[in-house]
Amino acid sequence: MVDPGRLEASAGDVVVLVGTAKGLFTLTSSDRRRWNLNGPWFPGEEIYAAVLDCRGGRARLLAGATSSHWGPSIYRSDDLGGSWEEPEPQTLAFPEGAGAAVDRVWQIQPAGETEPDLVFAGVEPAALFRSDDAGESFRLDENLWNHEHRPQWQPGGGGLCLHTILPDPTGGPRLGVAVSAAGFYRTLDGVSWEAANAGIRAPFLPEPTPKFGQCVHKVDRHPSEPETLFLQHHWGVYRSSDFGGSWDEIGAESLPSTFGFPIVADPNDPGTAYVVPLTSDMFRCTPDGRLRVYRTTDGGDSWQALADGLPQENAFLTVLRDSFTADTSDPTGLYLGTRTGDLFASADAGDSWQELARHLPPVLCVKTAVLR
Amino acid sequence: MRLAAALQEHAGRAPVLELDLAPPVTVGAVLDAVATNHPAIGRRLRDEGGTLRRHVNVFVGPDNARDLQGADTVVGEGVEVAVLPAISGG
Repeated sequence: MVDPGRLEASAGDVVVLVGTAKGLFTLTSSDRRRWNLNGPWFPGEEIYAAVLDCRGGRARLLAGATSSHWGPSIYRSDDLGGSWEEPEPQTLAFPEGAGAAVDRVWQIQPAGETEPDLVFAGVEPAALFRSDDAGESFRLDENLWNHEHRPQWQPGGGGLCLHTILPDPTGGPRLGVAVSAAGFYRTLDGVSWEAANAGIRAPFLPEPTPKFGQCVHKVDRHPSEPETLFLQHHWGVYRSSDFGGSWDEIGAESLPSTFGFPIVADPNDPGTAYVVPLTSDMFRCTPDGRLRVYRTTDGGDSWQALADGLPQENAFLTVLRDSFTADTSDPTGLYLGTRTGDLFASADAGDSWQELARHLPPVLCVKTAVLR
Repeated sequence: MRLAAALQEHAGRAPVLELDLAPPVTVGAVLDAVATNHPAIGRRLRDEGGTLRRHVNVFVGPDNARDLQGADTVVGEGVEVAVLPAISGG
């Protein structure tokens, strides 16, 4: 296996990180039309989380890698993949007596620009870790870990994972997380956590709208309106205008299915979001053998199918919760990976798509950043 | 302790770790010593709760410690302990 070494990229290039079941790949481009594929880093390891963190004058790659033999870690590289380090001592670990061990890293989420050293990590079993040194060391959020609901949280099909982290982009203490299958939890003061699932139906539980236990697949929000959240649930797509205080279902009338995994808020427009519907929870493939992204530009009241350039025949694909993302360019760039190793991109907010790669290992996460 | 090739980079490329332990030596004591002297290897063998990772095998001579007494398996003087990845993953 050839070591891919340092990623060749320049300031201003768009970097797309593609975490797969067999390692980390990257695509880079200066114009979002011609792309260079590199990798794999961590060959043979699962990459469920990856980030290029360009805050605070750094260009740090962070990768949550899990070796089926040697376990998980968060690796960091300050030379674009030329060399990697991990926490030493390993602090991405539960404290003694917690009765748990980190099994997989599901999410790495830098905080906003005003807190350039703050990074969060979500792991399985569902827990939140915090780093105050940009990913060099971590500590468990014990307030969430000790929440009275946690013993009743149940794993979804992917495991009991904390997969979504929404820091306050203004640097405030407000923070939201999502756990499958426990639902959306939030803290407004940075200390106490509360379930925030009012209005989200849970047909798989005895109570139609329980306080917690929802199988939230992904939540996203626009940085300029952090109180407005878009949520893809196991059954339904939802919007909240009060940071999870209450939820309204959107899209039930106009989407081909309300089952899916990812949901992406457009960084350029607070009313725009994207989903990739799958047929149903019993058949988790794109409906009718067609890969279509659906876009709303009115906060979820209406949805438009986007299919130009996407496979529309015999395409029974699955897009996992973190395998769809947007860049901050204008018009918005979108990047979507499938469980069968395809990668598609749009440079015009989904109006048209191009295939960037095929035959990659199963895609587990797709993240993007502009190298500064 | 003989190391799988993938672990040797965490021990200065050494294929074998020489451990000087007072008898009676157990597999658990060997793993504790490795964790102390080579933490990057230690955490690859056991999670933070001390459980041997599922796809890691520790052999005492020709025998898998899981088939003996696990961490309590006594390692006789001069017997080599080897860590090998199971035929899984990748």
